[in-house]
Amino acid sequence: MTTQQIERFARPEQWSGHPLIDTDVHINLPGLKTLFPYLAERWQDYITESGMGGLPSNLYPPNAPNMFLPGSKPEQGPPGSSLELLQAQLLDPWDLTYALVNCTYAVDSVHNDDLAAALARALNEWQLHEFLERDPRLRGAAVLPLQNPGFAAREVEWASQHSQFVQVTVPSRSREPLGRRAFWPIYEAAQRAGLVVGIQAGGLSGNPLTPVGWPTYFVEDYVDVPLAFQAQLLSLVTEGVFVQFPDLKMVTIEGGFTWLPALLWRFDKDWKGLRREVPWVDRPPSEIVRDHIRMTIAPLDHPDTPEFMLQVIDQLLCDEMLMFSTDYPQAHFDDPADALPHGLSDALLTKIMSGNALATYRLP
Amino acid sequence: MPKYVVATVDEIPPGHRKVVEIARRSIGVFNVKGSFYAIRNKCPHAGGPMCEGVTSGLVRSDQPGVYDYVMRGEIIRCPWHGWEFEIATGQSWFDPAKTKVRAYPTSVEPGEILAKNPELQAAGYQPGPYAGETYEVEVDRDYVIINL
Repeated sequence: MTTQQIERFARPEQWSGHPLIDTDVHINLPGLKTLFPYLAERWQDYITESGMGGLPSNLYPPNAPNMFLPGSKPEQGPPGSSLELLQAQLLDPWDLTYALVNCTYAVDSVHNDDLAAALARALNEWQLHEFLERDPRLRGAAVLPLQNPGFAAREVEWASQHSQFVQVTVPSRSREPLGRRAFWPIYEAAQRAGLVVGIQAGGLSGNPLTPVGWPTYFVEDYVDVPLAFQAQLLSLVTEGVFVQFPDLKMVTIEGGFTWLPALLWRFDKDWKGLRREVPWVDRPPSEIVRDHIRMTIAPLDHPDTPEFMLQVIDQLLCDEMLMFSTDYPQAHFDDPADALPHGLSDALLTKIMSGNALATYRLP
Repeated sequence: MPKYVVATVDEIPPGHRKVVEIARRSIGVFNVKGSFYAIRNKCPHAGGPMCEGVTSGLVRSDQPGVYDYVMRGEIIRCPWHGWEFEIATGQSWFDPAKTKVRAYPTSVEPGEILAKNPELQAAGYQPGPYAGETYEVEVDRDYVIINL
């Protein structure tokens, strides 16, 4: 296979000299049968005999224009399915110290808990052997069978035994809010192992994408993404997840962050009068969010007045939250310099480029 | 410190309150388990009529799902936004460093003493042998006093 660099897609010169960690890189499964070497014969035959063609994704229509970087699709398989392209197009030209990979294969759409657990394990083994073990710059996020939190917790324990995994991921669009106690075995296992819980945009919950029902257009889907993240943050804090698991870190992946200051203003204000309902939330919710939530920055919002972006970052009142990401192979920026907000202080720039990720993940 | 007689004791049974107007201030007088307390009827948050709120307790917790209900009946919640204050002290319990409502010292004194104007005796005056004509007044009850 010939590999190529994507034109103009590389680390901008002005960021040279600093370590750079990409906290959201996507790898994609070429096809369901790719997992057969990692699946028990029972499940191989089950898939073949039942005619399962692959798991659906509601993230992006497969041929939506401008979704993927031009040239990021290998000759065979979807963009993100080739390690060689990933190395040639992202790891090398961006001179990444680490890249944290995510795989958004829709294991959560399977209604059979046993099959979901088998698929999650197969995906994670595939990821480990075919990506993570083949490039020391890569670190993984284990996919969890969220439909059965007990099975999911077992998968967290399995992942924790491989130092290449630094994160486990759950979808932002879960079947019920992620703070609920039924999910706590996952958080307990993650805290014990020092693994971060990543909340990845997407998921096939069966619930409408928005609180007002199904949107019509893809642009609505895309802009609606933060709604699920907002609901999840409210749930995680009010249910007391971070009281129960004080060392747990969670990362919102592809969820944006410009909406956060306003959400926290409202959350703090209403907590003052309603805190007796959730007495374990014994300090302002904004403090809890700042202590426990980290956010990947892609896709980055681009206000017409660039200073507005810096004001929002100031309003976060925390330098520890934001982490650099490209979301490769998705196309989020025409100019690589737009991968980070312009006008950041050097100290904050360094934290976003690598410092915050180093403080969050179990990286050497 | 001026004293204001605001109610008879039996007018405010335990768990009840009376809102009075003294010196152009609205003040709530509460009987909490037999003790009387007075706090300003104005929430420091947004000026709400705090003494019209419900009296309740504080819910504490060290762990999600575990509830420790303390100070039942000793807490007032402003009817506007639910902010909580301790009736005895005016202390808030969500933002102790920044927010407090004014509390006033109260006392209960028998009417007989009030009628005899104890301040004169305290100042060293003795009643003289001559007295003007007086009329019987009701002094056989106890009164709640606010020291403003």
